[in-house]
Amino acid sequence: MPPLIDVRNLKKTYLLGDIVVNALQGVTIAIERGTFVAIMGESGSGKSTLLNLLGCLDRPTSGRYLLDSIPVETMDRDQLAEIRNQKIGFIFQNFNLLPRMDALENVELPLLYKDSETPNGDALGQRALADVGLAGRELNFPAQLSGGQQQRVAIARSLINKPEILLADEPTGALDSHNGAEIMNIFQRLNRTQGITIVMVTHSDEIAAYANRIIGFRDGLIVSDTKVTKPTAFVEAGVAPAAAAVSP
Amino acid sequence: MKHLISSMRIAFRALKMNKLRSALTMLGIVIGVASVIATVAIGSGATQRIQQQIASIGSNIIIVTPGSMSSSGVRLGTGNAVTLSEADARELEAQCPDVELAAPLVRGGAQVVYANNNWATSIYGITPEYLTIRDLSVADGAEFTQQDVDGATKVAVLGQTPVDNLFDGADPIGQAIRIKNVPFTVVGVLARKGQSSQGQDQDDVILLPISTAKRKVIGVKQANADAVDSIMMQAKSGAQIPAAQDEAGALLRQRHHLQAGEADDFSIRNLEELFAAQEASSSIMAIMLAAVASVSLVVGGIGIMNIMLISVRERTREIGLRQALGAKTRDILTQFLVEAVTLSIAGGFIGIVFGIGASLLISQLAGWATSVGPGAVLLAVFFSALVGIGFGYYPARKAAFLDPIEALRSE
Repeated sequence: MPPLIDVRNLKKTYLLGDIVVNALQGVTIAIERGTFVAIMGESGSGKSTLLNLLGCLDRPTSGRYLLDSIPVETMDRDQLAEIRNQKIGFIFQNFNLLPRMDALENVELPLLYKDSETPNGDALGQRALADVGLAGRELNFPAQLSGGQQQRVAIARSLINKPEILLADEPTGALDSHNGAEIMNIFQRLNRTQGITIVMVTHSDEIAAYANRIIGFRDGLIVSDTKVTKPTAFVEAGVAPAAAAVSP
Repeated sequence: MKHLISSMRIAFRALKMNKLRSALTMLGIVIGVASVIATVAIGSGATQRIQQQIASIGSNIIIVTPGSMSSSGVRLGTGNAVTLSEADARELEAQCPDVELAAPLVRGGAQVVYANNNWATSIYGITPEYLTIRDLSVADGAEFTQQDVDGATKVAVLGQTPVDNLFDGADPIGQAIRIKNVPFTVVGVLARKGQSSQGQDQDDVILLPISTAKRKVIGVKQANADAVDSIMMQAKSGAQIPAAQDEAGALLRQRHHLQAGEADDFSIRNLEELFAAQEASSSIMAIMLAAVASVSLVVGGIGIMNIMLISVRERTREIGLRQALGAKTRDILTQFLVEAVTLSIAGGFIGIVFGIGASLLISQLAGWATSVGPGAVLLAVFFSALVGIGFGYYPARKAAFLDPIEALRSE
């Protein structure tokens, strides 16, 4: 079976005023279905650029990108929008919930942009919220929820269209360590029980240790790629998490 | 359809968020539409009034009056000569192919007495054709007939004003009135006609058979017993008026033995020309007013564009998020267009209400006739939607083609 994400010699160059920035200088990775990957690197290393490209929010300057065997690097705006809607769930550092909509409406937002009508969208949204432990919070507005709860609403939203892959950009960056650990727990559960592929950008070693593969970035190139044999397991609050065992 | 409904829900929510701002934006359209409606109402009210006046006189009417007469070098005004006759009227009707009817008319005034009441009014001596040409109808009783004219019977048809002034609510039909001491039997009462364009009371009249009028009331002109004061003709259609005028002119010249080069001893006028000019000037006025008013509609549209551009900037991150979640160009475009059109159409409807209110107020205060037709309302709705689409398109397009990454990154 071909890998879910198959990126070959991906390059991205853009102009910042007069300066040419080589954000990605030829990246080749294959990510198998069901992996939980953490991408690490300094700011400016190109990890966010890669995430944007993987998320079909942007097109590469050159190189190939096969997502689920579909070449997406040549698609136009609307085709990419369709791919994002169907195959990709996004999770952002700042949650990006719409403040004027309640939790349920936020979760159901991707259904709006599906080509086919979704019967019973509300039931689907309620189930998605229950899955992340927010049953009964359907009518709360984002401002009435804690940061951790808001991020869980965002996770529920990212899952509503049953995507192949979750792309998370610093998902715990705006959360305290306890809430961060809870989000990681949800990621691990989704990854293990539903086989969802997760690609997460982080600069925290502790958060990266929840993944089962860690890719290091510097200056637009991959500098390390390690498998984690024993990822951090979630533990209840008050107990220090065990150090992850990382094999070279 | 699903997209449109959800776009409308999103739009309403966005507009509700900024109630004051939405209201102020709408105000531009409200004022624009209201002023268009009000000015069109004034314009079409004026046009309608002119048309009513034309209809009250009768349609396709041509009036022939005698020319001026000079007596020892003193020229008297038009209508003083005794050149037109009842025979002329008969021949005009018989010989001119484009003339439908021709009715001779003598005019005078007299004091009319019934019981203890008396009233001074105009006396018209006519033939039955006159009623047809002037589009007069009898509301009560009957018209007199050609036999009455031939036999010079003493019958009268009264307008509403003499009836009101003489009979105090009693039934005038069959009653005897005295005109210049001659008893006449009232056989009919005319339907109310109202004022003419010159403000004349068209109901203040008594109609008598022309023969009786000449002999008993107005008197016979010594120079020509057959003379009449004017001849009223009806052309077969509006288009045939000029031809009818030409034919009548030629026939009268021949009948009056006028040599080539000699001036007409009569004049022929038609009222259509006069009214057409009045109508044209009033509709030009209406168009100009509406054009001025529609400038404010355009200004309102610019207000919408302004607010939509601000709205797009404020919600850039929301747009980026929607794009990330799969919103296509068309989805974002529709969302913002629907928002702009909602603003403009809502403004349009409020404007219609205000416009109708304003035109009612104007007709109350200024006493002008106004009329708000369904056409004006439809036009207003159409134009306000057009303004919404027209001025909302640029901001909506701007939103739809935002770069999702940049949009997500914006504050």
